[in-house]
Amino acid sequence: MTTTLYLPIDTSAIAMGADDVAKALCFQTEKNQQAINLIRNGSRGLFYLEPLLEVQTEQGRVAYGPVTVDDVESLLAQGVLEGNADHPLYLGLTEDIPYLAKQQRLTFKRAGIIDPFSIDDYLAHDGFTGLSNAIALLKQDSNSIVDEIKTSGLRGRGGAAFPTGIKWQTVLDAKTTSAEQQKYIVCNADEGDSGTFSDRLLMEADPFSLIEGMIIAGLAVGATQGYIYLRSEYPQAQFILEKAIASAYQHQYLGDNIQGSGQRFDLEVRLGAGAYICGEETSLLESLEGKRGLVRAKPPLPAIEGLFGQPTIVNNVISLATVPIILAKGAAYYQHFGIGRSRGTLPFQLAGNIKQGGLVELAFGTTLADILHDFGAGTYTGEPIKAIQVGGPLGAYLSESQWQTQLDYEAFSAINAVLGHGGIVVFDNSVSMTEQARFAMEFCAVESCGKCTPCRIGSTRGVEVIDNMIIASQQDSSNEQSVALNELLVDLCDTMIDGSLCAMGSMTPIPVKSIMTHFADDFISDMPVHHAEKVTVKEQR
Amino acid sequence: MNANGKEQSTEKTITLFVDNKKKLPGALLPILHDIQQHFGYIPQPAIVIIAQGLQQTEAEIYGVISFYAHFHLEQPGRHIIEVCRGEACQAMGSTALEQAIKSQLGVDFGQTTADKNYTLEPVYCLGNCACSPSIKVGRKTYGRMSSSKFAKLIKTLSLYQLNLGEER
Ligand SMILES: Cc1cc2nc3c(=O)[nH]c(=O)nc-3n(C[C@H](O)[C@H](O)[C@H](O)COP(=O)(O)O)c2cc1C
Ligand code: SF4
Ligand code: FES
Repeated sequence: MTTTLYLPIDTSAIAMGADDVAKALCFQTEKNQQAINLIRNGSRGLFYLEPLLEVQTEQGRVAYGPVTVDDVESLLAQGVLEGNADHPLYLGLTEDIPYLAKQQRLTFKRAGIIDPFSIDDYLAHDGFTGLSNAIALLKQDSNSIVDEIKTSGLRGRGGAAFPTGIKWQTVLDAKTTSAEQQKYIVCNADEGDSGTFSDRLLMEADPFSLIEGMIIAGLAVGATQGYIYLRSEYPQAQFILEKAIASAYQHQYLGDNIQGSGQRFDLEVRLGAGAYICGEETSLLESLEGKRGLVRAKPPLPAIEGLFGQPTIVNNVISLATVPIILAKGAAYYQHFGIGRSRGTLPFQLAGNIKQGGLVELAFGTTLADILHDFGAGTYTGEPIKAIQVGGPLGAYLSESQWQTQLDYEAFSAINAVLGHGGIVVFDNSVSMTEQARFAMEFCAVESCGKCTPCRIGSTRGVEVIDNMIIASQQDSSNEQSVALNELLVDLCDTMIDGSLCAMGSMTPIPVKSIMTHFADDFISDMPVHHAEKVTVKEQR
Repeated sequence: MNANGKEQSTEKTITLFVDNKKKLPGALLPILHDIQQHFGYIPQPAIVIIAQGLQQTEAEIYGVISFYAHFHLEQPGRHIIEVCRGEACQAMGSTALEQAIKSQLGVDFGQTTADKNYTLEPVYCLGNCACSPSIKVGRKTYGRMSSSKFAKLIKTLSLYQLNLGEER
């Protein structure tokens, strides 16, 4: 009898050794004359258990992990192919692992379950149901798909949380500059925020859901060309996406006559080239047009004058990949998850110094404290948690008193923080908050597109001011000098907030100010000696 | 082949890449990716050839290349090693790892080892933040990296292994 095994082909699973485990499995089973069918699935997102091996049994899929090459022999000897429970790596039925069982998986409901290369597997798991509903809706009324997205309450998951339905309405209502021109759907797969990986995980685990979401967007607004702007740091996602797109063409989900509907939609992957700013939508469009990624002034909105000057939807991967389930199950179903004006779910990403890192999809309204308690299991190092940065490099560092804040867009902006793309980076008590504040400025200096002075020069000055504060504190300078430098840094932050064209410059002060406010006792004083010395030396030269 | 012949074939190859894609809307980045994929960097003659093919100025092409960290105008080492400097990696000790890697290879960011085997680059997140610290070598990302694991890893990529035909 042939046993079906699953081992992820996801970047993180491979980074933890999945390819080597796969080779060992094939080698060893062949030697033992055991018949297996090894499927390279996407990841379930339980990264602390990767490489996670699953075995199909009569009771369901049974999991073992994290598996190393050295475990393969003993796993096979102890009846892994029968789902034997005696091996120390045995985790029981995958679906019952608490980390997974406690989640509310909507956007990621197929992740890790299906074979990402198989359109049949996608179809067998509700795939393209949303698209058939969309085609039917379109026949009734040309505004009906957009209405459905509006009712769902979906807001952009790329960071700015703009209502997706309203953006789509603008593109639907906008006209191309001439009849030969077309409207565009651009997927923002630049995922530049450190501490985030949900876009990557989705594209590697369930690429057809993104493709389906983009086709539906095209039908909804009358756009005929789609681009996925993918960061070049994600070669595995590129490989999987391109296979999936080819397969979608083969099966008439893309091309001239989608499923006999008479509708056309073409789709292509375009690679970025290592610029964080190209995640900003107008910079992204410049890059797609083959230019330097300089941010455009708004208005005009990309929805009205976007790619090649035509009406364009720019949406994040997760926003677009959530569209199929909204159309499949109805806006009311989706809208019923969440709280206040934050509807549906957000895939949180637990990262950094955390014992059980991974993807946690939950309805809005939970708290950081709950996520840490239910999923995190403490820091990786075993030390107490000191700070948590939420929402990427432009997000605030939160101290313990803030971990009870409800995870929704409004509650976070009320405490001068952001949810962003849902990244949660945990630091233990060895962190230097001074170093983190300095890095926020340094990152802005490295990645600024250079268009506005407060961002380009201000960030470099920011690094210098912090360095001077460190030197002043070492030299036992007068209190007045410290106070003056502190004021200078606050002023600089305010100038960046007020004088920057985009959020790169205007949000860099968020992490800096959060540290100055909520880690005031640590700021400057907790600079590690080795770094402080470097600063002093530089100053003397 | 003499030096002149090699130059000619370089130019021919570049022309082929340009002709292949110049009709695409927004063709420049796809063309640059193809060229870099083939040569490992963007050779000097490419700028003129692309400029002609796309009817843009050389300054414009150069401006685009220099904007993006991913594109190299000089030939890098056989392996490009990218070390993540993102916050999730910092939380797991990437600053110390970065120092260790620099001293093991004897180069700083942006530099290539004397034997032309490795080029070291910073990178800001590899999307492997739950298994940090992360580095990338070529197309492959590695998680939970440490200075001792790194020492083992570069042994498998060394020129010595290459000469023995044993490189993984
Ligand atoms: C500096 C900067 C970087 C950004 N990076 C990304 C990114 O990597 N991915 C993303 O989807 N949105 C990013 N955004 C947000 C985009 O500008 C835009 O809001 C988003 O793509 C819209 O899609 P959504 O409405 O589906 O979120 C970034 C914005 C700024 C200012
Ligand atoms: S704020 Fe910075 S990144 Fe944004 S447009 Fe200005 S210079 Fe460019
Ligand atoms: S921050 Fe290093 S992999 Fe994301």
